[in-house]
Amino acid sequence: MIGWLQTGVLLLVAVAGAGVVRTRDPLQQSIAVSFYGLTLALLFFLHQAPDVALSQIVVGAVALPLMILLALAKVHRQDEERRGREEAER
Amino acid sequence: MRRILLFTGLALLAALLVWGMRGLPAFGSYPGPYGDVINQVAVAERHATDTVSAVNFDYRAFDTLGEEFILFTSVAGAALLLRREKSEEKEDENDGEDRDRGRAPPPTSDAVRVFGVALVGLTVGYGLYMISHGAVSPGGGFQGGVILATAPLSVYLAAEARTFERIAPKTLTEIGESVGAAGYVLLGLAGLVAGVTFLGNVLPLGRPGEVNGAGNIQALNLIVGLEVATAFVVLLTAFIEETLRRRLRREDR
Repeated sequence: MIGWLQTGVLLLVAVAGAGVVRTRDPLQQSIAVSFYGLTLALLFFLHQAPDVALSQIVVGAVALPLMILLALAKVHRQDEERRGREEAER
Repeated sequence: MRRILLFTGLALLAALLVWGMRGLPAFGSYPGPYGDVINQVAVAERHATDTVSAVNFDYRAFDTLGEEFILFTSVAGAALLLRREKSEEKEDENDGEDRDRGRAPPPTSDAVRVFGVALVGLTVGYGLYMISHGAVSPGGGFQGGVILATAPLSVYLAAEARTFERIAPKTLTEIGESVGAAGYVLLGLAGLVAGVTFLGNVLPLGRPGEVNGAGNIQALNLIVGLEVATAFVVLLTAFIEETLRRRLRREDR
């Protein structure tokens, strides 16, 4: 049986998922996807799958946003360096 | 015109989804025999009270070996792509200093420091608990490993670069990752040596519900915990290496 608790969290997952898609800035999106991961983990907990929920927390709410943030930081730095180099050449 | 097309498409998709959902089996219904069989025999056979761990690290441990090597190879690939090249190093020595003098990062805020320090103890404790109780309760080496790996991240955010280098030296984490990857295979081969099968149980089973029981399941949890934790730290180091080196130089001055 899907109770009102599961239905509520299911709706929350839908809202959070739409929020991730609607967010345009990758930096903000990484936080949005982290929240989405948490809601998904909550859904797994409510369906009595704690093992999967724990994996979802560590991957969806921690590891994935962290990798996105690190990659963004790296890209930004390279961009800045390239700009600095171009200015120095001029 | 476009809007009409869109809404017809959406309506059709919704109808299709509703149609499909109506054919779903009831929540909680389980037709296959394997889950019920595992639930009945896992505790008696393997002395692991978390049957999910028993499946992951015993009944289909070979699958988990593949999963572990997915992580291993992807981390190796990322580290390879992010490695420093000779030309970059030279440039860093010459004018890298001048360029980043003007844009030193703002000092770490007190809030980040306090939370970071508070989180380090918590994450280390919880990560170790999660890894060591993988065979007993939900969780295990994989989940605990990632939790454990967030501790060096907190240190990197909250403390000096020197401290990060001391608690997570690059060579040590790389060795840890290799040992974690190789340990899984070696324990599998130990099964062959002992005359069982590859990844068959060779270690004492102990009593169900005890941390030092569950034989191979517990040992593999520890190995995977080491592998996952160090793999994530290696990945983190690969990403932040450049910034880390700059911060170290700044601290030396």
